Amino acid sequence: MTESLLEIDRLSVDYETARGDLKALRDISFDVRKGEIVGIVGESGCGKSTLISSILRLTAPNTRFRQGAVRFKGEDLLQLPERKMRNLRGADISIVFQDPMQTHNPVLSIGQQMLDIQHRSKASKAEKRARAAQMLGAVGIPDPEARLAQFPHEFSGGMRQRIAIAMALMSEPDLLIADEPTTALDATLEVQIIERLQELQQEFNCAILFISHHLGVIAELCDRVVVMYAGAVVESGEVREIFHDPKHPYTRRLIDCDPGHIKERARVLPTIPGEVPDLANLPGGCIFRDRCDQAMPRCTAEVPPLDQLKNGHHAACWLNHKEAAE
Amino acid sequence: MLLYAIRRFGLALLILIVAVTVMFLMIRAVPGDPVQIMLGPRATPELQARLTAELALDQPIWKQLLIFYGNLMQGDLGIDVFSGRSVTAIVFEQLPHTLWLILGSIAWSATLGIALGAYAAAHPNTLIDRITAAISVSFVAAPAFVVALLSLLIFAVNLQWFPAIGAGEGFWGRLDHLVLPAFAIGLSWVGYIARLVRASMLEVMGESHIRTARAFGIHERRVVMVYALRIAILPVVTVIGVGMGFLLSSAVFAEIVFARPGLGKLVIDSITTRNYPIVMGSVLISTGLFVVSTALADLINAWLDPRARTAA
Repeated sequence: MTESLLEIDRLSVDYETARGDLKALRDISFDVRKGEIVGIVGESGCGKSTLISSILRLTAPNTRFRQGAVRFKGEDLLQLPERKMRNLRGADISIVFQDPMQTHNPVLSIGQQMLDIQHRSKASKAEKRARAAQMLGAVGIPDPEARLAQFPHEFSGGMRQRIAIAMALMSEPDLLIADEPTTALDATLEVQIIERLQELQQEFNCAILFISHHLGVIAELCDRVVVMYAGAVVESGEVREIFHDPKHPYTRRLIDCDPGHIKERARVLPTIPGEVPDLANLPGGCIFRDRCDQAMPRCTAEVPPLDQLKNGHHAACWLNHKEAAE
Repeated sequence: MLLYAIRRFGLALLILIVAVTVMFLMIRAVPGDPVQIMLGPRATPELQARLTAELALDQPIWKQLLIFYGNLMQGDLGIDVFSGRSVTAIVFEQLPHTLWLILGSIAWSATLGIALGAYAAAHPNTLIDRITAAISVSFVAAPAFVVALLSLLIFAVNLQWFPAIGAGEGFWGRLDHLVLPAFAIGLSWVGYIARLVRASMLEVMGESHIRTARAFGIHERRVVMVYALRIAILPVVTVIGVGMGFLLSSAVFAEIVFARPGLGKLVIDSITTRNYPIVMGSVLISTGLFVVSTALADLINAWLDPRARTAA
């Protein structure tokens, strides 16, 4: 087994709000190994964005880290002084954000922005420009040198996302975080971006933490997957394991609801009934039990632990315990 | 950019022509015979007839307008009835005083206002933010003529730091005389611009591209000063451009209170003496100033914001 690059260890994060602490992340644990692609999947509001901003420590001022650690190459990022943290951002850890239309500064040229993010490099301005053009070429932007002078609004959404990927990979990071990079794009572009990302991952040999709510993309791209629900990890493991033998009812329902998975013509698309519990006022027991059709008395009483079921396959559900079979 | 500039100034010229025409017709629509007002009740009919012919008042209105524009093209705004001097000369003699007053007020109030606003936005809801908010709001609420009178009393009469009246001689003399009036006119703008920049900054700082800049480890100072401020000052530039009109009217107060020469004082003096050619000339120049400053603001906006260039 290769060594772990990023290790999230029992991380809990709260948001302080007027109506009490919002428990955005609770006891999150998973890791990303070198050169591996790990997917995080979950509905909106499940804490994916909080997780990313916690890794980069670009959190809102009312964020409180209650427990746990975010270890990157063995070093706890939550303990790092701000100056050291800033040295990691855009160097060892890069990110591609969700909405390509909003991700670039609208009043600075693409070239200027690509020059700016090389602020650590000692290279001359001409060399930095050449490097920027080379990266634009690598993500498939035609005529890159001329396009450096252009502004974000002169590019299409798909191109802007490719530019964002070029910018993120320019420093040859060890870890690339991709926060729903294809959600804002249409399906054909999505395929292009995913394929490009796969090629570049091979070329740069970086690990990718890929956040998506699109199961098809996760299955296509990732080695392992982490399923999150209402701020907690409910299941994690190899992609094949999770998709063929899901061990948590939520994962099962999620797969059933994926439009790509529906084979017959349906009048009504399947959904998961019920709502995500209020994170400021969490009920005891399993967080999914109100929406779960297999809930048992035990689910109300105790929080199910994230148990290892098989090699590397974890799930947090009482159904996997022996007494459920009886 | 060049094409945009040409189009924008073309538009400015069009606005100016419409404004001047409307103004010309309005003055003609005012009841009373200007010749009688100018010459007084005891003028002989021959004299009246001569002046009427000289001012082309016996011609139909469209012809008067054409003559007016013909003279305007040659820089001729008519003759001052009392001194017999060219109105153009009189107006351009006074214009620099007002121009310096306005530019001075804008320069100091915009600099301080943008700095205060940006600082407050970078530290929202802190004590300093609240203090700047209180100061800004009280500045906005202070009318220029009150500030003018109070600063005259405090800094010129009691403390005797700055001269009270006039425009001064030489560069330093002029600058010394400019301080109090520019302070009086600019003060409410400091507060206004600070509030505007703060709100605009807070909005921009919440946008995704700022998060991107931070995620690439760009220094926070550069994020605030370049990545955010450059977008946040766009509305300020527009507001200042349009605000030139307000500044012109505040300049009138300041010029009266500080007994400064300038366009405002010229207009007031000529209205009280019913010196219509001078009123017409000064208003024309003020209109021009206003139109040019809004056009300039748009150009600066286009220079700062590439998105505005295509959307002309």
